[in-house]
Parts: sequence; structure tokens; C-alpha cells
Amino acid sequence: MTPFHEALLAVFLMALVILGTRAFPFLLFSRRDPPKVLRFVERFIPSMVMAVLVVYCLKNIQWTVWPSGIREIASIGLVSVLHITKKNAMLSIFGGTAFYMLLGSIPLFS
Amino acid sequence: MKRTSFQTTFRSAFPVTIPVLFGYLAIGIPFGLMLVKAGYPWWLSPVMSICMYAGAGQYIAIGLFAANVPLAGILVTILMVNIRHIVYGLSLIEKFKTVGKWKPYLVFALTDETYALLTGVKVPVNVKPGSFYGTIALMDQSYWVIGSIIGALAGKFIPFSFAGIDFALTALFVVLLIDQLRASKDALPVIIGLACAVIALVFAGPSNMLIAALAGSLAVLILVRGRQK
Repeated sequence: MTPFHEALLAVFLMALVILGTRAFPFLLFSRRDPPKVLRFVERFIPSMVMAVLVVYCLKNIQWTVWPSGIREIASIGLVSVLHITKKNAMLSIFGGTAFYMLLGSIPLFS
Repeated sequence: MKRTSFQTTFRSAFPVTIPVLFGYLAIGIPFGLMLVKAGYPWWLSPVMSICMYAGAGQYIAIGLFAANVPLAGILVTILMVNIRHIVYGLSLIEKFKTVGKWKPYLVFALTDETYALLTGVKVPVNVKPGSFYGTIALMDQSYWVIGSIIGALAGKFIPFSFAGIDFALTALFVVLLIDQLRASKDALPVIIGLACAVIALVFAGPSNMLIAALAGSLAVLILVRGRQK
């Protein structure tokens, strides 16, 4: 675990990085057209980063030990079905998390 | 006169933000819980929500803190995770030319959800665009801060087992991924991201996989798609 004081410093530096990503286009492209490389960033990178992050969330599953992430896979399935059919982010996140916590209370999965 | 115009703005902006109210409470509360469970004081939760104000970024930060990732690694990862905000700003440059003194705050507070609201709503005729957008953004952030405080205090004082609440993060990313796919209709970046992340997990291990996966998938993406227009 990162010590508290380093974590606090990191929080302020992260805040600057995030502000940088948000202010960048306004500072640079208010008067001229954005270069093509930003079209690349726009089209391909966000969905790629999200795919990486989904796998990142599953990093601590021990795939060789029962129940091997069945609970996570089932809950991700539910989130996907909810979100594709209902298109309501709150319902998908809340429903999926409640389902995951419920599965965790069943001895078979925990 | 001033008060009336404030009330008019508030009355027209608040209903627009209701979906975000529920959404931010649903994601903000688990964030506060996770932060306290990771061993940090409860007030770090509102501090992060006020000055970072990035759902995915804040969750990721807790994971990076727990794994004791070096500062440089933390900052590079946060940059990659938030790089989509550059894109949001590009599409709002024209719209934000009319918002006056609210502009610095609107730029700072440009989250996924606020972006979605600002690009989707129509400004009512009797309200100034700047104060309408600004009020929406400010209310959204207040929901986020309140949610993260509730979560942190609940984690500190309520002896209920919140085991599994951190799945809210996974669910958030799945939702954002589906939204991205719906907009782009292009599965290749997702396949590259998934494949590189799995390879990075196998070879770099759980605590180093994120940076390896982001760098690797970016390299593959540039090789595969870099020469297209």
C-alpha cells in the first residue's frame, strides 16, 4: 500500500494530469483545426482502454482454482444484457453489483 | 431579479441531472467504501472527488495505491485512462465559446456523464447558456462528492459486510465499453485491448499488468490502424 503522504501528493498530481486532458483541446485548438493524430485518439483509443480496464478488474481471479471467476463472468454477463437491452447505466451498474454481492453470499461461489 | 433568474436556471437544470444523481450515488458510494477499506482516512474521499473528479480515474488510483505502484506509473496510467477527455473537449470547443465566466469550471468538470448531458440538452429560452451548463456541471459534481462522503463514512461506521461492492467498478467499465462500441461500431480496438491485457496479465503479473497492457495495446493499435485516415 502507498503511504498516506505519498498518496496525497499523487492525488494532487493526478488532478493536474486529469485537468490537463480536459483543458488540452481548449488551449490548443480554439483557433485552429486539430491534427489527424487526434482523430486516431478519438476513434480507437477510448474503447481499447475500456477493454483493458475490464480485464484489469479481473486480474486477481485464480483461474485454476474453483469457482474460477464464474461469479464475475456471470455478473458481467448480466451487466451487458441489462445495458444492451435497457440502455440505463445506473440500472446496469447497480443491478450487476447487487447480483455479484448476492452470489458472494452463496457458499458455492465464495 | 437575480434570485428569480437563479431559480429559473436551477429549476430547468435540476431535472436534467436526475439520472446523474442516481448514477453518481451508485458509483460514488462504492468508491468511498473502497478507499476506507484500503486503509486511507475518510476525508481523502471528498478531497479526491473535489480535485480529481474522475470516476474511473479515482477507482484506478485506489487500485494503484493498494499495489504500491511508483508515482510515474500512476501518472502514466491516469493519463491513459483519462485520454478520452481530450476527445470530449474537441467536440465542445464551439459550444463553450458562449459560456463566459463559467468556462474554466466547465472545462475542469467535464466528466463522461456531464459531457453526455451537455451535448444532449437544449438550453431553455429564458436562461443563459453559461449558467445553465454551469449549474448542471456543479450539481453533477456535488452528487459525486456527496456519494463519495456517504460511502467513506459508511465504510468507517457501519459494520455491514460490503464484500463485493468493488464490482461496481467492473460494471462501470463494462457499461462504458458498451457505450463506446455502440458509438464506434468497431470491435478491433476492443479485441486488441482484451488480447494485450490478457497477455500482460500472464507475463507481467497482476500488479504490473495495467501499464504493460496499455503500452502494448497502443503499440499494436498504431501498427494495425495507424496508417488509415
